[in-house]
Amino acid sequence: MATLTLSQLDKNYGAFHAVKGIDLDVADGEFVALVGPSGCGKSTTLRMIAGLEDITGGDIRIGDRVVNDLAPRARNISMVFQSYALYPHMTVGENMGFTLKIAGRDKAEIDAAVAEAARALEITQLLDRRPAQLSGGQRQRVAMGRAIVRDPDVFLFDEPLSNLDAKLRGQMRTEIKQLHARLKATVVYVTHDQVEAMTLADRIVIMKDGNIEQVGTPDEVFNQPASQFVAGFIGSPPMNMADAVTTATGLRFANGLELPMPPGFNVAEGRKVVFGLRPDDLYPEGHGIHSEGGHAVTTMDLTVDLSEPLGNETLLFVDLADKRFTGRMLNPRRVTPGEVMTFHLDLSNAHLFDADSGLSLRGA
Amino acid sequence: MDENATARLKKTASNWTLNVALFVAMAIICLPGLWIVLNSLRPTVEIMAKPPIWIPQSLSFDAYVAMFSGIGEGGIPVISYFRNSVIIAVTSTIISLAIGMSGGYAFARYRFKGKGGWFLGLMLTRAVPGIALSLPLFFLYARVGLIDTHAGMILAYTALNVPFTIWLIDGFFRQVPRDLAEAAQIDGCTRWQAFWQVEFPLARPGIASAGIFAFLTSWNEFALASQLTRSTDSKTLPVGLLDYTAEFTIDWRGMCALAVVMIIPALILTYAVQKHLVSGLTTGAIKG
Repeated sequence: MATLTLSQLDKNYGAFHAVKGIDLDVADGEFVALVGPSGCGKSTTLRMIAGLEDITGGDIRIGDRVVNDLAPRARNISMVFQSYALYPHMTVGENMGFTLKIAGRDKAEIDAAVAEAARALEITQLLDRRPAQLSGGQRQRVAMGRAIVRDPDVFLFDEPLSNLDAKLRGQMRTEIKQLHARLKATVVYVTHDQVEAMTLADRIVIMKDGNIEQVGTPDEVFNQPASQFVAGFIGSPPMNMADAVTTATGLRFANGLELPMPPGFNVAEGRKVVFGLRPDDLYPEGHGIHSEGGHAVTTMDLTVDLSEPLGNETLLFVDLADKRFTGRMLNPRRVTPGEVMTFHLDLSNAHLFDADSGLSLRGA
Repeated sequence: MDENATARLKKTASNWTLNVALFVAMAIICLPGLWIVLNSLRPTVEIMAKPPIWIPQSLSFDAYVAMFSGIGEGGIPVISYFRNSVIIAVTSTIISLAIGMSGGYAFARYRFKGKGGWFLGLMLTRAVPGIALSLPLFFLYARVGLIDTHAGMILAYTALNVPFTIWLIDGFFRQVPRDLAEAAQIDGCTRWQAFWQVEFPLARPGIASAGIFAFLTSWNEFALASQLTRSTDSKTLPVGLLDYTAEFTIDWRGMCALAVVMIIPALILTYAVQKHLVSGLTTGAIKG
């Protein structure tokens, strides 16, 4: 295993600037997830690390080796493709052993390595089948097995679970996590699914328009989003947001509603801001959990427009400051649309962003 | 009768109708071939008889024996013709396949300026009937000394086949996902190895079909060959058929016998290559 360092990594496709000089350090054995919407440059970044795309500028270092211009095979990496990319004309065993065969290892060694990887992924009984005879989940496992056999410095995953159904995706997520724990591998994992990123990664890199918006642990990007974009991208349902102006005592919204200044923010009067509140921090009285301290709770009566019962919780949609806000009701009871309920707004977890730059005003 | 029994009966009836229809169609398709084989084995009187004699009265291999006899005993230089045909057809097929694979791969995988125009241009050359080119080609070949040479025929047939092989092989390479070659490169292959280890085997049905097509075109072609060949140095089997026509007579039996000799290698080749024609190998490469 090895470290991975990207410095000032740049990629242009003609006039289109796909990746704009990003810097990233991945520690030995670290699991880093690259997330972002389509076209944010995350897959391009991964493909540049793999050597499948030329880089326009900057450096890629694996361990202490600069690999900028090396062919993919010289980088000692493994990649799991979104499409799995199994060789259809080879059996599962041949697929997994292909990399060692190309490297010219002898048959006994290849067989041993394949058998060991197959055992780890519980696909020993599939070794003689061809990819066409496998289910989606089995193909996924074979693709991972092929990656393991190579014993690479860095594992690259390109949206590996997006072709699986929801249940299988959850299961494979757990397996990837266990695999990482066992192999202690350096992993770069590209996904557009923030749940995968949150559950798997040691650190999450959120990208937008070819730039890195924030790098942090799942906890950091969730609780201290650096920008409005990150706040909206991480968390499900997404964070509620509304435009406001700061006053001497707090915030005033377009419809005249006033709220106290959330703790931890010290913003000059008259500044245009975006107020953000997660659904978890907007809940009916008696159906939520105060954050630690819990001294910044504001109470107001709101009309529920719509409710979405999910069993263990119910999502409530209310009108707040002329925006539709989502609230989360724990230990739910039946709610009829139009019902007026007393809501708590836990402002100790609220966020303020600059209306122009979108950057967090925490500590500003 | 209950509904299910009626449905079952209908299904059986339609199956039988289909089988009969297929048999009739196959009989019509196969009849000329059988007729040629039959005619090669019986005397001209029987061949020319009206109404046709369906059940042969006497069969003999005389025509085949005569074919391989010396000049003057009804023999023709069939060995030379056969050798010429093999050399010309095999060489032009190999060249067409090599160009078709490189061209098809380039069209399938790379973006370059004027790609659409190039492709259309190649296809348009197929729109020109080969025979329309025979006269210009004759003059050209006469000037550069390619008349009555293997090289001339190989060149002509290669030109005839390349657009088709490129078009066919391009389609097959398109079906091979790019991810596979990329995965192979990450697994340690060079670009070249990735092509031969992964992309080539998966496009093999297309390459085999293109090969059969190119071979049969060259093997069977008559019009151009009759213009561009002169002697036993380069005459191919289809041109050799003309040896059986004299000023006032046509030796139908001998002609049919030579036709059979021509068909056999083509049949053997097609049979040998058909196992590579298994399509659908790419299924299962991607998606779950």
